[in-house]
Amino acid sequence: MGAINRRQAFLLGGGLVALTLMPMTADAEPSNDAAELIKKFTGGKEAASGKISLDLPEIAENGNTVPLSLTVDSPMTADNYVKEVLFVADGNPNGGVATLMFSPLSGKAEASIRIRLAQTQNVIAVAKMSDGSLFTERKTVKVTIGGCGG
Amino acid sequence: MADRPRIKLPKEAKQGEIIQIKTLVSHLMESGQRKDAQGKTIPRKIINKFTCEFNGKAVFACALEPAISANPYIQFDARVDEAGTFKFAWTDDDGTVITAEEKITLKA
Repeated sequence: MGAINRRQAFLLGGGLVALTLMPMTADAEPSNDAAELIKKFTGGKEAASGKISLDLPEIAENGNTVPLSLTVDSPMTADNYVKEVLFVADGNPNGGVATLMFSPLSGKAEASIRIRLAQTQNVIAVAKMSDGSLFTERKTVKVTIGGCGG
Repeated sequence: MADRPRIKLPKEAKQGEIIQIKTLVSHLMESGQRKDAQGKTIPRKIINKFTCEFNGKAVFACALEPAISANPYIQFDARVDEAGTFKFAWTDDDGTVITAEEKITLKA
């Protein structure tokens, strides 16, 4: 009896925390739609590694704003440039993060954005070149405070 | 949301120079995951698309998901071949479009 009371008291006290954390962990365990999004983006083709460099913090204290910088090695000329870059996160409620669309007028295939990460997870980038070739890169980010819900 | 977007880019550039453009727009980016005090899900309301054009030609665009932080910051590059105007547009889930323009001239 005592144990139940203590548990109830804990639930009452930590109710807010539990409420916001529970749906997130429930969603995160079976992986989200990240893999499907990549498949859709690549058309099922294998993406090679290389060309992409991702700049992400190893440990993000606040999952609400995680700085993400991308550089793709490309001359960015009219007939050889980076067309699109897909970002997915495999531990968020939804896998999609952003899709960047470059053009030869971009000059450089570089961009920075700030993203939300609900928990420690992988951020995956897939780049599609103008000739249809695909490249991918991933990085794990440890998240101390989740960036969804609360 | 009436705040004007903040855009940082040089006023002038040499022909063919690659410049860096930084943009920031005030927006809550409500993810659709949060719940209010009554436990009801707060509906999603985010900027889902950003585009940048230079003299009518696409330079950079971005499709955004709820995993983008509030007050979305986007930094990218652009090659300047001629003087002209950059046009920026942020599209909200509710259909409203926030727009901004910046002119650039060529260095003599």
